[in-house]
Amino acid sequence: MSAFGAIARRDVQVAMRRLSEAANPLLFFVIVTTLFPLALSPNADELREVGVGVLWVSTLLSSLLAMEGLFRADADDGSLEQLMLSPVPISVTVLAKIAAHWLMTILPLIALVPVLALSYSMPLAALPIMVGALVLATPTLSVLIALGAALTVSLRRGGTIVGLLVLPLTAPLLIFGTRATDFGLHDEPAAGPLYLLAAFAAFALALGPLAIGAALRVGVE
Amino acid sequence: MELCARELAVWRGERCLFEGLDLTLGPGQLGLVVGANGSGKSTLLRVLAGLATATAGVVTWRGSKLETLPFEHRGDIAYRGHLDGLKRDLTVLENLRFHATIWRGPPEFDALLEDVGLSAVANVRVRHLSAGQQRRASLATLRLGASKVWILDEPTTNLDTNGRGKVAAWIRAHLASGGTAVIATHQPDELAQKGALVVEL
Amino acid sequence: MRLPRWFHLLGSPPFVYGLAGRLVPWLGAIAVILLVVGAYWGLAVAPPDRVQGEVYRIIFLHPQVAYVSMMAYVVMAVSAGIGFIWRIKLAHAVAVTAAPIGATFTACALATGAIWGRPTWGTYWQWTDPRIMFETLLLFLFLSYLALRAAFEDRDKADRVSAILAVVGVVNVPIIHYSVIWWNSLHQGPSFMKLDKPSIAPEMLTPFLIMIAAFTVCFYWLLLNGLRGQIVERERDTRWVKQLVEGREA
Repeated sequence: MSAFGAIARRDVQVAMRRLSEAANPLLFFVIVTTLFPLALSPNADELREVGVGVLWVSTLLSSLLAMEGLFRADADDGSLEQLMLSPVPISVTVLAKIAAHWLMTILPLIALVPVLALSYSMPLAALPIMVGALVLATPTLSVLIALGAALTVSLRRGGTIVGLLVLPLTAPLLIFGTRATDFGLHDEPAAGPLYLLAAFAAFALALGPLAIGAALRVGVE
Repeated sequence: MELCARELAVWRGERCLFEGLDLTLGPGQLGLVVGANGSGKSTLLRVLAGLATATAGVVTWRGSKLETLPFEHRGDIAYRGHLDGLKRDLTVLENLRFHATIWRGPPEFDALLEDVGLSAVANVRVRHLSAGQQRRASLATLRLGASKVWILDEPTTNLDTNGRGKVAAWIRAHLASGGTAVIATHQPDELAQKGALVVEL
Repeated sequence: MRLPRWFHLLGSPPFVYGLAGRLVPWLGAIAVILLVVGAYWGLAVAPPDRVQGEVYRIIFLHPQVAYVSMMAYVVMAVSAGIGFIWRIKLAHAVAVTAAPIGATFTACALATGAIWGRPTWGTYWQWTDPRIMFETLLLFLFLSYLALRAAFEDRDKADRVSAILAVVGVVNVPIIHYSVIWWNSLHQGPSFMKLDKPSIAPEMLTPFLIMIAAFTVCFYWLLLNGLRGQIVERERDTRWVKQLVEGREA
């Protein structure tokens, strides 16, 4: 099995043995999206208006919660330094971990979105575009959160500051993702923003691991 | 095939841990690092492994600086510090298998487990093992890769006499087959042998 | 490769401390002169705009502080990058000094923009204007740099970790500049920094440029001034600083 596969598989194995931890961000996601209609109005039309934004922001926050400790466990038990000394390039390690965590934590979030969108009275026809936009935007999101996680890997309580670092950088994803979803909602062509999200993803996946690797090397010292 | 340190200096903030350190270790050579707690032994070992960067000076392996090791030489240096490097939620065997895949070692674990006395707990999660067993598992992974340099920070911690003897035997075997080792220890006499280089911090 | 002597000198804290000390009064004087001349020219001498009337005069303030905010970030990112790659502590000192100055200029850019926006666009703030959004992101980047530094106890680690953040964020600067070309928004296209003749009237161009020079000099005056403080703080246990302090107290 290739190193990428082995590293990803190991992370999935470990996550499966701590399933309750993996479920927390999902629960957070559901709770937050249920709070908004209570705080705003239960009027179906108004909900539909805010639904797109609420779901996107909740996805962002829940993903942050899920992935901000991406490297900390490995740093704590010494497996991170072992991987850094191994023949495996650090970029491969980083991408493998991001891929594994995207599968384990973010994909379930995206799977829940259609269900929650219905509770916001969003039409079924809009859902494919929304899910598509999320699938295109979340790789970039994962890379950004991973960067925040790497920069703070040696901090005891790095959690809150990762949000400070990462959330402003996710603004373009939010803007284009919601724009694509809005277009989908109103039956307009959403190709433009979707292409842009795909471009961000390509850019982030290609260059992100370099910065993340550099941050990890400093963090492990 | 030498591990060389030239003019190595490490400062932590305004405190100088050591400076002007020169070191050359070739095949079959052992370096013992001794000193009081806090004297910088662990830092020196991490710098030699390439996990930390010195404030001044340079470390080279086979002629290349550690920061820019060519791809073929990556994995030549193995390091075991105070952390085990094992995932506590995986079993001993799963950890060994992972290590063998990453470090391109032979996937034969039975003899190794037998040797290190962990055959009985091969399918137990690491978090359920005793500290001594965890250390033995961590050191066992050293034999799964083909690393030429072993950098070990107090490897015999938590081990009983039996375990310590085992580790000393492994190190001797490693040196005999042309490997190099740098070991920080509070008990240099156990591991010392003729021609060992002693670094006192 | 033998590096020129001045290169080594630029990495020497006492040398830079002394050099900055000699430059600071000059920079301050030049900044004040340019600010006074430019302000007078812009406010009193230049003719009122055909469309905006007197309100347009913020053109002698807002674009300039915005420009300096972007330049400040580039200074911060470049020096942090140099400090990271070549391990030059002085470079990190420059980055740390530039950050709060840059953040202030960015906040001023956003504030002056809002003041200008109200009478001209009808609104203080526009969430869909890309330039406003990316300039706001710039402010967050400055603040994140400082926040990240503050989380580390070891200054060396703080320097190096935050340098990565600074360098990654520099991509925002060209985005701010090109945002008015890529998107239609409330902001007009670039009047000055483009490969064409400036599209601003000549009577307004001169004070416009004077104010750019004024705020640039002002930035470097603040930077060198703050840098001296950073140097002394970082080097407080060295002999040259102790002698300096004793010399002062004597």
